[in-house]
Amino acid sequence: MAMTATLQGALVKRKGKTILGPVTCDLLPEGITIVLGPNGAGKTTLLKVLHGVERLTEGTVRWNVSDEEAHTSQAYVFQSPIMLRRSVRQNLAYPLQLIRASKADIVRQTSHWAQRIGLADALDRPATRLSGGEKQKLALGRALIRKPKVLFLDEPCANLDGRATREIENVLQEAYRTGTRIIMTTHDLGQAKRLASDVIFLLKGQVHEQLPGSLFFDNPQTSEARAFLQGDIVE
Amino acid sequence: MNDIWAGLEAAFWLIVTLDADLLEITLRSLYVSLTALVIASAIALPFGSWLAIRRFRYRRATIAVLNALMGLPPVVVGLVVFLLLSRSGPFGVLGLLFTPTAMIIAQVIIITPLIASITHQAMRELWAEYHDLLISLNTSNWQRVTTLIVDGRRALLTASLAGFGRAIGEVGAIMIVGGNIEHATRVLTTAIALETGKGDFALALGLGFVLIALALMVNFAIHALSRTEREGRW
Repeated sequence: MAMTATLQGALVKRKGKTILGPVTCDLLPEGITIVLGPNGAGKTTLLKVLHGVERLTEGTVRWNVSDEEAHTSQAYVFQSPIMLRRSVRQNLAYPLQLIRASKADIVRQTSHWAQRIGLADALDRPATRLSGGEKQKLALGRALIRKPKVLFLDEPCANLDGRATREIENVLQEAYRTGTRIIMTTHDLGQAKRLASDVIFLLKGQVHEQLPGSLFFDNPQTSEARAFLQGDIVE
Repeated sequence: MNDIWAGLEAAFWLIVTLDADLLEITLRSLYVSLTALVIASAIALPFGSWLAIRRFRYRRATIAVLNALMGLPPVVVGLVVFLLLSRSGPFGVLGLLFTPTAMIIAQVIIITPLIASITHQAMRELWAEYHDLLISLNTSNWQRVTTLIVDGRRALLTASLAGFGRAIGEVGAIMIVGGNIEHATRVLTTAIALETGKGDFALALGLGFVLIALALMVNFAIHALSRTEREGRW
């Protein structure tokens, strides 16, 4: 069953300052959702709220499955990849070990995913010594290894060059084709156009626009979105 | 200077001739302090890690108390353990006073706060690094603690070695609860105190050098076994 989420008046305040919301919106059951917006618009917070790791000050976020299932069928890739101080192999295996997967399964999955993210030759290297792009790919592989139904990515390609970006996008497209719902933020409008099936445009913590990708890029509804797409500075 | 040379000479002969008494008290020193280290580590490493990841009401107070306990005077610990274990004390029936077990108990009390505190400091940094990932992966508290312990093992080794250093060199508490009884509870440090009191500085110094060598050897051995200081490992 496809997982969908509903935000009802979701509001996040920190030290009296509103970071996000109130946001009321529905997440479509499938596709790649790109969250756009200037810095500080609340993109990361929105992702974390949906992922359930950010506490809401007010309002609710509801998935159409039980909390337990929602937790175990989601994965999150952080903006700066968090590497366990272990080898690449052990980093990949870690999420499977947590759910007590069988040894044979772990071995099979790790080599499969190492292949997919192009790190098959680096399995025994310490993960903390990988390059930025390799770290990000490893984080992505580690997130996908449990076959999540929903994958959150927070600017997965920030600071990466074209080749690493393309490799990551290929893995994402592949994951999408095999039924993973993807929700990601990016500052790269080209990437947004390449991947988006729908767009959430955030501004000052509010959902400013939520449109299918083609519609948003060709015909944004608000002047702020138009300015943002043209590359103007929107605050 | 003469005393020091004489001490080195005494140490040399004690070791070369494998003096039976020296061997006995050295092994007892090792036995008492290593046992205390194992017990204290078993308590302090998980506790220190747990303190780093859990947020609870009296957390700050607990950490402050723990840090204060690091400076616990061994003599006072010895006195309290003595009173608890003495014939008229609550645990007198166990007959533990003036046994190596009593010395182990005292040393566990002395080094547990030290190990737990250093563990907590190190684990706090590692937890800050891992926090988001481990939360996102929906880990249980136990999984978090074990992950931190496994990945922070180098820092934990340092914590344990600091605890061992304090235990092996400690004299105040074990003198009181052990009683420095020959062939029963005499260890290197209490023997040194005794020989110094008797004015046999050469033998005292000799024992002192043996003690230092022992501490160095244990450190090297643990580092070699756990392969910590090698390139590319943590």
